[in-house]
Amino acid sequence: MPVRHGLLALLSGGPRHGYQLRAEFEASTGAIWPLNIGQVYTTLSRLERDGLVEQEESDEQGRVVYTITAAGREETARWFGTPVVQSDRPRDELVIKLAMAVAAKEVNVAEVVHRQRTATMQALQQLTVAKRAAAEDTARRLVLDSMIFQAEAEQRWLDHCEAVLKEER
Amino acid sequence: MTFVRLAEVARIHGEGATAVHALKGVSLEIGEGELVAVMGPSGSGKSTLLNLAGGLDRPTSGTVHIGGRDLAAVRDLAALRRRSVGYVFQDLNLITSLTAVENVMLPRELDGVRSRLARQEAMAVLAEVDGADLADRFPEELSGGQRQRVAIARALVGDRRLLLADEPTGALDTRTGDEILQTLRARCDAGVTVLLVTHEPRYAAWADRVVFLRDGMIADTTDTTDTTSVRSA
Repeated sequence: MPVRHGLLALLSGGPRHGYQLRAEFEASTGAIWPLNIGQVYTTLSRLERDGLVEQEESDEQGRVVYTITAAGREETARWFGTPVVQSDRPRDELVIKLAMAVAAKEVNVAEVVHRQRTATMQALQQLTVAKRAAAEDTARRLVLDSMIFQAEAEQRWLDHCEAVLKEER
Repeated sequence: MTFVRLAEVARIHGEGATAVHALKGVSLEIGEGELVAVMGPSGSGKSTLLNLAGGLDRPTSGTVHIGGRDLAAVRDLAALRRRSVGYVFQDLNLITSLTAVENVMLPRELDGVRSRLARQEAMAVLAEVDGADLADRFPEELSGGQRQRVAIARALVGDRRLLLADEPTGALDTRTGDEILQTLRARCDAGVTVLLVTHEPRYAAWADRVVFLRDGMIADTTDTTDTTSVRSA
């Protein structure tokens, strides 16, 4: 769960309270993934249960401040040192839809590909507009770049599907 | 304001049984300051479309207007191209024995503009593509991205308002490719009309509009103002 490790990574920079963690998480991922404060506190209490963080005394405004433990630092180092496994990704609806369209003989697969490609290109254009607007914010730009590369991969795959299906017709 | 208008344009190469229908009735209007990207598999008519839009070729039927002029009525296409249309290709063909600024000056000098004025114009347009500091360097002293920026400057010198770019990002890495698109985009925002052919979706996505060609016809068009079909990322 990336939120868990994201919060740990932030806490390895020093003690913080929940609202601070939320703000910093959003800032460093370019505000692409908004976190709600409830999610932050649930995650913190799980981290505490697992001995990776501990509570300090509340600050002057009564907010609970959290500190990372030695075990927490180890876990953070392990996370940064381990590549993300490809198969951990959720199943992709588009891939399932296309496979089903090919299997079900009466569906016009070319039309499904065609519509999807137009939609994906539109999404790519909007991501690019957002990226142009984020010229000064490297974190946000790189997060958007990641989405752009993924959308581009989908676009290439759709071109590939079209070419293969055309040959088989 | 429409700058390039193709109406029902068809282009047939060859005759009879071996005739190739490269374009089959394509209509496309490109506004001033608009960046339009053309995508499609090889053989879909991309290059033919680019050549017709830039007056390098004439249609078999249909009409092409550039800057309000019907190309059918233009006798000297070469002159129109020289004054109104700039090209950027994958292999940019800068002349290796000339410096960047001399490369950019060349089209103006060929047009009879005096050397001093041509240099002034070249420096101005180099500055527009953030290349003023490259002026006195030779092509081999430039990186791939810098060379391509010089090629864009050369394509625009002399106040040419239409730029045709055929795979301008070529074999450049993605960061440099973005830089080239950033430059083209900035020129568009300054009023230049750009028609870009690319097979890379990430670069096409910089365009205001993306046109998909299939078998000589426009299969699809997307633009940035239409937000109906965006999926959450």
